[in-house]
Amino acid sequence: MIIHKLHLPLSNSDISRLKPGDKVLISGTIYTARDQAHKRLIAMIDNGEVLPFDLSQSALFYCGPSPKAEGKVCGAIGPTTSSRMDGLTLPLLENGLKVMIGKGERSDQICERIKAHGAVYLTAVGGISAVLSRSIVSCETFLWPELGAEAVHIMHVIDLPCYVSVV
Amino acid sequence: MRIVSRETIHRAICDAIREITFNNDPAVITGINQALATEKNELVADVLASISTNNTIAPEDQIPLCQDTGSTIIIADIGSEVIIPGACLQEIADQAAAEAQCSIPLRASIVSEPLFDRANTGTNSPVILHINQVKGDKLQLQIAQKGGGAENMSFLIMFPPTTPLQTLKDTIVSRIIETGSRACPPLIVGIGIGGNFERCAYLAKAALFEPLGREHPDTRYAELEQGILDEINAKGSGAQGMGGNLTALAVHIIYEPCHIASLPVAVNLQCHAHRHTHIVI
Ligand code: SF4
Repeated sequence: MIIHKLHLPLSNSDISRLKPGDKVLISGTIYTARDQAHKRLIAMIDNGEVLPFDLSQSALFYCGPSPKAEGKVCGAIGPTTSSRMDGLTLPLLENGLKVMIGKGERSDQICERIKAHGAVYLTAVGGISAVLSRSIVSCETFLWPELGAEAVHIMHVIDLPCYVSVV
Repeated sequence: MRIVSRETIHRAICDAIREITFNNDPAVITGINQALATEKNELVADVLASISTNNTIAPEDQIPLCQDTGSTIIIADIGSEVIIPGACLQEIADQAAAEAQCSIPLRASIVSEPLFDRANTGTNSPVILHINQVKGDKLQLQIAQKGGGAENMSFLIMFPPTTPLQTLKDTIVSRIIETGSRACPPLIVGIGIGGNFERCAYLAKAALFEPLGREHPDTRYAELEQGILDEINAKGSGAQGMGGNLTALAVHIIYEPCHIASLPVAVNLQCHAHRHTHIVI
């Protein structure tokens, strides 16, 4: 198993070295987005608005963290099922999205688009929140706090363990 | 008659929720560790190792086993001698779940209406409560946290009663394999057979909470459980769909009488974060 230590944003040459089944320890700034956040981001794109963060410079993590207990850096962190985002991914790829982190298989059509855009889909293991949480340096609500777990959170991570699924 | 106070039940539910948030079923922990000890494939071993580590450090770090702290499911067997003065069980359970959500804290994962607003209740309640009245003076509660991923991959089929056993097995196995990694395998598979449309779904859920490794009292069903388990694991989908021969840790069947025209079968999937406990009050 090849292990890559990578820092966001990923360059095209970073991505070109990845193969399905490789392990990636990812560091940098990532944003969480689930179903509702995707809908809102796409509505912004449709309205011609500028997105509140640069999709090409970070990663989207399909994740709805649990709330932090007092004195903790973050709550429980982990991937949700990516296929729910399949119908909502194309406009984001077209707007520069390079790295997605989630769990599970994706539709053939989205896999093909991910490859065509030179992007990468990483999977994280589901149900290992305590392990993943040890990689989180900070986690704050970034956009739409009214969405609770479905809000966009900004996270700084060090060596978040993932595997290359589609590239 | 035996009086059980609202406070006693409330406290017991709160404590149980806290316990299962951080502590996986010990039989699942053992199953994962055993598979890890013999796994040759580096990638699969890496996945199993991360699940094993998570089971150890979640209670140490007091970080929930999974960020999807689920819906709270309670199956209550209320003894016919038990009286709970001044409150109904649903109310007690909802308040306990809300308290647990706030104090642990848990993720608020419940929306009050499924189709239009999907507004979050903010309290991770209501609890999904099943009540059975049984003989005796005890109140028994099966309490579980059920995540959305595995629940979404569950299914129910109304088979014709003459369906050959092999067809039934093949259908169940292929439907489970199709779910890939979305239900977070290694899985526990709960199967309800018989009853009717809604009853078999309940039986499938109840089957998840039977102790892992228990033997089915009817040898025909014991064989069927083992057959389905072997066929699932022979497909090589494995932990998190990464390969290997541990896609499922156990298959549990519960059956009940049913209509002459029906053969209802429900399959409820449980991920490796098998958060449940059984308490007797
Ligand atoms: S299926 Fe289970 S382990 Fe996977 S994300 Fe959902 S609750 Fe967590």
